[in-house]
Amino acid sequence: MPEVKIAEAPTAKAAAGGEVLNVHNLEAWYGESHILHGVDFSVNAGEVVTLLGRNGAGKTTTLKSIMGIIGKRTGSIRFGGSEIIRTSSDRIARKGVAFCPEERGIFASLDVRENLLLPPSVRPGGLSLDQIFDLFPNLKERLKSQGTKLSGGEQQMLAIARILRTGATFLMLDEPTEGLAPVIIQQIGQTIARLKKQGFTILLVEQNFRFAATVADRYYIVEHGKIIDGFSNSELQANMDKLHTYLGV
Amino acid sequence: MQALYAQLLVGLINGSFYALLSLGLAVIFGMLNIINFAHGALYMMGAFCAYFLLNLAGINYWWALIIAPIIVGIFGMVLERTLLQWLTGLDHLYGLLLTFGIALIVQGVFQNYFGSSGLPYAIPDELRGGMNLGFMFLPVYRGWVVIFSLVVCLATWFLIEKTRLGAYLRAATENPTLVRAFGINVPRMITLTYGLGVGLAALAGVLSAPINQVRPLMGADLIIVVFAVVVIGGMGSIMGSIITGFALGVIEGLTKYFYPEASNTVVFVLMVLVLLVKPTGLTGRAA
Repeated sequence: MPEVKIAEAPTAKAAAGGEVLNVHNLEAWYGESHILHGVDFSVNAGEVVTLLGRNGAGKTTTLKSIMGIIGKRTGSIRFGGSEIIRTSSDRIARKGVAFCPEERGIFASLDVRENLLLPPSVRPGGLSLDQIFDLFPNLKERLKSQGTKLSGGEQQMLAIARILRTGATFLMLDEPTEGLAPVIIQQIGQTIARLKKQGFTILLVEQNFRFAATVADRYYIVEHGKIIDGFSNSELQANMDKLHTYLGV
Repeated sequence: MQALYAQLLVGLINGSFYALLSLGLAVIFGMLNIINFAHGALYMMGAFCAYFLLNLAGINYWWALIIAPIIVGIFGMVLERTLLQWLTGLDHLYGLLLTFGIALIVQGVFQNYFGSSGLPYAIPDELRGGMNLGFMFLPVYRGWVVIFSLVVCLATWFLIEKTRLGAYLRAATENPTLVRAFGINVPRMITLTYGLGVGLAALAGVLSAPINQVRPLMGADLIIVVFAVVVIGGMGSIMGSIITGFALGVIEGLTKYFYPEASNTVVFVLMVLVLLVKPTGLTGRAA
């Protein structure tokens, strides 16, 4: 795959190594259901941090809470130093946070080009279409196709590609490898590694920790709506038994 | 034969109003999921607005074509912000009942002040008279209504289907939460969309003022047929509403010529047949 020069992520660069996201005592509800029970973690600039956990542990809800698309949430979410717990999701996006949902969110009524161009640019530094086509050549050939007619892998590429256009510097990817063939997983892993190299900060939700291990700097384990453990990539081998127990694998 | 052409023209003119009104309903339903029963009342307000502009401020028809849809559109946006937005996520029935109530109140207020009889609105000087086409006499104003409506309908279709703004609207119809998470202010877009739909109704009202007199119940008479048009075309379908609007106007006109007794019911008979064969309408999406 050709090396793509991605514009540097301004916020990440400005605060290299500093804390970009700090989540403290985050609680969230779906209607009457209490899902998150006091989540605490932080993400530093330029890191890839992975939330691991079983189905229903609260990983996706954590991402959605950060993005502001969960109706009721309490606690504190600080992004780039400012509190966003009460901020609407469109304003959070405009602060430079981008979200790629688990179900990919490809719009059936739009073709691939329209899907790609849909998110508005929130700050300078986003990828140009040419850079995106260098990263994901398949998309260039399918521009006129209906978004939902793409294969699962192509839809995932489209879902990631469209948030790279926006100039957002903090990317939240919810299970980007789910249901994909190994060769596509490898391609997505390479893309994440390249984005990290360029200074993007990435919060990843994964069940496939073998994939996460290839890209992540740190891990947090989510269980019953709480962070119950955390370790860095260098501590992964030492924590393997614990990890197997947590994930039930 | 001239009578047939005359009925065809009447059908095309009615079709123009059906298309403009059902287009507004389709835009509103697509984006807000609200069956806007207040549409007829807002159409009537467009006609009254043109009447007030002319008689109180001396503003002529051409300016009224621009100003009245803006004024009534703003009124619609206020309605959306203050009342309709609270219905998000509720069953369609709530929206239908609320907008039906709004229609009754608006019509009641106008009827209280202006009675039920019509107020005259003159055809602008530039559009008076007619043309002899050889096979029929075409009043210029009626020809203008058909062409102008067609242009407005196609422009609206282009806006929604072929522009970036339209892509936002279509995407927000599918998944408003995700579109908002991309940084787009969806609540504001919903308000503006309702304003656009209402503005189209008001525009139809201004166009109608010189043909049909300006009356408080002019919308109530029309809205039931327009809903039948929308059901036949398919709720939420933009092109479906435009084509069905014009087509049913023509079918109604032809029925007036060939079998006048059925002219008032032909649209509803077609609606029943379409619902039996294709419950989502000719071009509509499934719920």
